[in-house]
Amino acid sequence: MSTPLLSVRGLSIALGADARPASLVQDVSFDVSSGQILSIVGESGSGKSMTAKAIMGLLPPKASASGTAMFRGQNLLAKNATQPRGTGIGLIFQEPMTALTPVLTIGSQLTEAMVFHGLANTSAAHRRAAEMLDRVGIPNPAQRMRQYPHELSGGMRQRVMIAMMMLLEPDILIADEPTTALDVTVQAQILDLLREIVFDTKIGLILITHDMGVVAEMASDVIVMKAGKLVEAGSVQQIFHAPNAEYTRALLDAVPSIETAHPASPSTESTVILSARNLHKTFRGQRGLGLVGPKTKALDDVSLDIRHGETLALVGESGSGKSTLGRVFLRLTEADQGSVELENIDLLALTGSQLRLTRRKIQMIFQDPYASLDPRQSVGAAIAEPIIIQGSVTKSDRRETVDALLTRVGLTPEMATRFPHEFSGGQRQRIAIARAIAAAPDLIIADEPTSALDVSIQAQILDLLADLKQEKRLTMLFISHDLAVVRQVADRVAVMRQGRILELGPVDDVWSAPRHPYTKALIEAAPVPDPLRKRGLRTPLSGRFATGKLTEAAPGHWVAL
Amino acid sequence: MGITVGMSAHSAPAGFWRRLFLSPNGVVGLMIVLGLIFCAIFAEILAPHNPAKMGTGGRFLPPSGDFPLGTDEFGRDMLSRILYGSRITLLIGAVAVGISMTVGMLVGMLAAFHRGWLEMILMRSTDVLFSFTETLIALSFVAVLGPSLQNAVIAVGVAGIPFYARTCYSAALVETSKPYFEASISAGAGPGRLLFFHLMPNVLPTMIVVATLGVSTAILAAAGLSFLGLGAQPPTSEWGYMLAGSRDYINRAPWLMTIPGLAIAITVLGFNLLGDGLRTSLDPVERK
Repeated sequence: MSTPLLSVRGLSIALGADARPASLVQDVSFDVSSGQILSIVGESGSGKSMTAKAIMGLLPPKASASGTAMFRGQNLLAKNATQPRGTGIGLIFQEPMTALTPVLTIGSQLTEAMVFHGLANTSAAHRRAAEMLDRVGIPNPAQRMRQYPHELSGGMRQRVMIAMMMLLEPDILIADEPTTALDVTVQAQILDLLREIVFDTKIGLILITHDMGVVAEMASDVIVMKAGKLVEAGSVQQIFHAPNAEYTRALLDAVPSIETAHPASPSTESTVILSARNLHKTFRGQRGLGLVGPKTKALDDVSLDIRHGETLALVGESGSGKSTLGRVFLRLTEADQGSVELENIDLLALTGSQLRLTRRKIQMIFQDPYASLDPRQSVGAAIAEPIIIQGSVTKSDRRETVDALLTRVGLTPEMATRFPHEFSGGQRQRIAIARAIAAAPDLIIADEPTSALDVSIQAQILDLLADLKQEKRLTMLFISHDLAVVRQVADRVAVMRQGRILELGPVDDVWSAPRHPYTKALIEAAPVPDPLRKRGLRTPLSGRFATGKLTEAAPGHWVAL
Repeated sequence: MGITVGMSAHSAPAGFWRRLFLSPNGVVGLMIVLGLIFCAIFAEILAPHNPAKMGTGGRFLPPSGDFPLGTDEFGRDMLSRILYGSRITLLIGAVAVGISMTVGMLVGMLAAFHRGWLEMILMRSTDVLFSFTETLIALSFVAVLGPSLQNAVIAVGVAGIPFYARTCYSAALVETSKPYFEASISAGAGPGRLLFFHLMPNVLPTMIVVATLGVSTAILAAAGLSFLGLGAQPPTSEWGYMLAGSRDYINRAPWLMTIPGLAIAITVLGFNLLGDGLRTSLDPVERK
């Protein structure tokens, strides 16, 4: 390997200039060479983003960095260093919507930086911007340049961001969780694009991510960070196949893989607990002055049975209607048409107190652990609420029940008097689970319960759910976009797209032998945490897929073709 | 917590007082308001003279040792009148804001909770009320009820309802769409529990801040009505009324106008600063 483009030695970042500054990053060193993809992996709070910010000179005013970061012969961490932002090092953010200015057209944002840095005059900049948009796979570049960021999809915006950075011809690109906010199929396309760019232009790419699958697919070298310290550094093969550090091993063990077969055999034919038939739901845009906005079909003729004691997973990308379906079961969203029966009670026909009595047989665990608990209610009160409403436990036993529930989900009874803001995300999710099982429900709907959590915490929460399921014979509807998580927890899986179920069957069958082209595309797009399994370019996902009637292709395996 | 798990659950966010004392605005505001309350409670002890007694001193005496703030056109001691006036001013603020906030919060919460026809009726009526200026609503109310301090306070209270209803409505809309609210719905909680156990505690911090800022508006509005002769009637010592009465003597005895005006201004400033301090200490986003 030639001399590195960027060489970081002994980088430390401290917050606050007081006598006892809090250390955010300690003694981190790494090199980035031409054509190399270096991945910085770690959980939240590991200091991986801070490291990137220090290199870019974007640290918050109260933080100070020490050490050296040599780039083009100067130390970027020195006080008087001229920051090579843009022309030397480009940065791509997680959320492409907030990274682009909403009030300027794509074209003016693309050309502005080039003109500012003196790389081209206005007309030349315009031409090169169009070429670059074409290069990053945006159709109709000339037209797109006249559009505003909100007119583009998330994936398109991320492509624009990449184009914007590449126009300045940097030597190094730093991508901070560039695909975390994107759907898995779009993520695959963006990752492919980044890999191509690195290969073609021989820049160095620093890829910051928490997703081991993305690392395995992209990186040539990896550094693992934990609590501001460098835990391990090595080639991607070494990190994945012969990790030295305990933490790296734990991190890899916590990662669910779409390839691991489901441990428990799918529960054999048992009675149906919930049965949905021909559900339709259309959302209409803002109505003003009698005008009806554009319609979105969230549910389009959805029929589904959930059986006693099983975990049925609902998989799909954003906008597929998977969350809407869960909310329809709870009557948090009203369906336009169709029926839902819970143990032979017509859920959609209930009103008033009848509805309240029946509704609590279904409990929900939400995605955002920070919003799913009342900030002004103590944790004990939150868990006790379903018990109080049901009146199933006498007042004097209430406290014991709450204590038992807290202990069951891995917390301590003393925590009952505390308030939600005193807990971490994982602990809050445990509290939400305790609240859900406190109602002794027939069905639990878990809507992306782990997607806001770090991978090690996710593993703990999934274990807890699996244990509870065994112990209490819970039936669960598990809504997720993460195919690997679904493989781990679900017995059966339903794949949804644009409000329709495209494939439904036992999770092992569907994942190992998908029959619908969309399911195949989804599975192909999911990153696998194994560097030896890097795949070549994927077939692009076109917008149209067969959406016929669900027919039974194999026993219990239904496909809409 | 004992047996009543879930009953003693609500409290101010941790560190509320510390944060309030760390904000200079809040401290100054709190001091002004506390001082005002002190004056109101101990007006009898603090006031050197009977505020209603005419001819205590000569007429139009400028501020001096005997009459620190001078005397008015009837020879009444201005300091005593101002001190007694603080009672009425505080009462006006508290009662008027109490009316606006109670009704406004109920309207806002019900509208946000009961989406549909009730929301439509409540919020559109609010919009209609909103389209008139507060003073106009208050004026027409007094015109119907007749001029008296009591009616002026009611009028100011009613005129303030739309503002509180709107504010509460938007705060409540945010809360009702949060997962914790939906979790409670799915736990089978009834409307009463949802409204008063989950919704109210979560909109209350916002409303307290709005109310603190609203006290000053209410005091000004009531002073305005008194100034027009529709509020406090003689010989009540009310600042707005005192201001109005001094209009004719602005050249001869400028302190008659300046002093009540200053009193109103300081009170309004105090409540505004306090509201600002409360906003920063109650708002979780601004906490740091």
